[in-house]
Amino acid sequence: MTALRARAPHLGLGLLIAVFALFFLLPFAGLLERGLGDGGAWDAITSDTALDALVLSLWTSALSLVIAVVAGTPVAYWLTHARFPGKGAVEALIDLPIVLPPTIAGVALLTAFGRRGLLGTPLDEWFGVTLGFSTVAVIMAQLFVGAPFYVRAARAGFASVDGQYERVAHTLGASRLRAFGRIVLPLSWPSLAAGAALCWARALGELGATLIFAGNLQGETQTMPLAILSAFERADGLTAAVALAILLLAVALVALAAFWLLSSRNGATP
Amino acid sequence: MSLRAIPAAAVATAALALAACGGNDEPRQTVTVLAAASLTEAFGELAEAFEGSRPDADVRLAFAGSAALRTQVLEGAPADLFASASPDEVAALAAAGLVVEQRALARNALVVVVAEDASARIGDFAGLAEPGLRLVLTAEDVPAGRYARESLALAGTEFTARVLANVRSNEANVRATLAKVELGEADAAIVYASDLAAANGVRAVTIPARFQVAAEYRIALLGENAGARAFLAFATSPEGSAILARHGLEPVAVAP
Repeated sequence: MTALRARAPHLGLGLLIAVFALFFLLPFAGLLERGLGDGGAWDAITSDTALDALVLSLWTSALSLVIAVVAGTPVAYWLTHARFPGKGAVEALIDLPIVLPPTIAGVALLTAFGRRGLLGTPLDEWFGVTLGFSTVAVIMAQLFVGAPFYVRAARAGFASVDGQYERVAHTLGASRLRAFGRIVLPLSWPSLAAGAALCWARALGELGATLIFAGNLQGETQTMPLAILSAFERADGLTAAVALAILLLAVALVALAAFWLLSSRNGATP
Repeated sequence: MSLRAIPAAAVATAALALAACGGNDEPRQTVTVLAAASLTEAFGELAEAFEGSRPDADVRLAFAGSAALRTQVLEGAPADLFASASPDEVAALAAAGLVVEQRALARNALVVVVAEDASARIGDFAGLAEPGLRLVLTAEDVPAGRYARESLALAGTEFTARVLANVRSNEANVRATLAKVELGEADAAIVYASDLAAANGVRAVTIPARFQVAAEYRIALLGENAGARAFLAFATSPEGSAILARHGLEPVAVAP
């Protein structure tokens, strides 16, 4: 009886699942229907604007990911093992951008690194460096909203590794770095890959903070999400917006598939 | 209240709400108005005054760049009125058969705004071409951006090219453009004269009359709705015009 129940869900539950699934499937179906049914879509995808935006999106989000991994891995490892007063506060602070609406992240970045911001003012006055409206600002916005996802996942991954393995490695004469590379990294690999995928996806989709902090200029700060928003505002723009959205979706799917493949292949064997 | 009672209560509430909408005693009319970002304050006050004179009316306002609003209406956004910063957007809706009636609403001049700390760098319209100036415009497809580029074009192609080389960002609506200057991120921008009323920490530099392009605001009735028709009449009435004028617009007070 119970086995039967588990296999055949209640009618109400089945309906709920169907409605829920449709809610997520229909928007994609709508995109495809509009995009493939319109002759202008191909022109939009192959336009200068689209290519510039795609190239900018890909390399900035990739660089954001690299920075997040290089800086975030040691931070996450240290946070997993360190004990100090106020650790909870530090962890909460690192998680904060995850729950922060991106527009607020944009305003926050402005108040810190904008031309009249805390650090932005001395940067501008002493070195003549301004970050706003630059590709650097795009990467900073992506890093700000994306990196916390990686650090969070990495912390969970490191915490799941049994400390005894590391201790054994040390007693056998392995250096800290070697133990990390041979023991901790392979064991926590799935978490790291999943965190990296989330971080990259979040950076690729970044809109609000970029719009506010970095502005919107083709080839400079106009990433795919901004190009899609801009296309939406043109007279015949919906076709272009839909086409660009499908392009970005396809790129994201390929990349995410690669991430998952990576995490499942190397995760199995420590 | 038991869990079972909730759906019944919800149905009862919905029925009451429907009755309130359809009843003859006190019909409550909701008027949804989509308006250009530059009309934010003016339409806020307009709606307040309208609701004050008609307690049964409830005006809902949504502001964005006229171009984005046009696309939303074309995609079926439920709206009763559309106030655009340019006739083009209204014409697009009319071509799609969505406009019942349209009227000229107001005109608006263009002005250069300069950030306080960049004041020394730019003294007049020609200063926009100063190399290295951090200029922000509204996107070309949004009325404010279109008018700004038309104004530049009146000053010559070579001047336009030099000015456009200074553009650091193309913003989605004129208020976002203004904000970049208010924040000091940009040195200067071209916005509407009426935006000055809502601006902080910026200095205005007038654009010479021969380079001026007047923005033409139009308001369109998108469906037969007594409340919406009343709002349209109010917006173009002497009282409505006075409100628009207070916010720096030049009302077109004549009837259709």
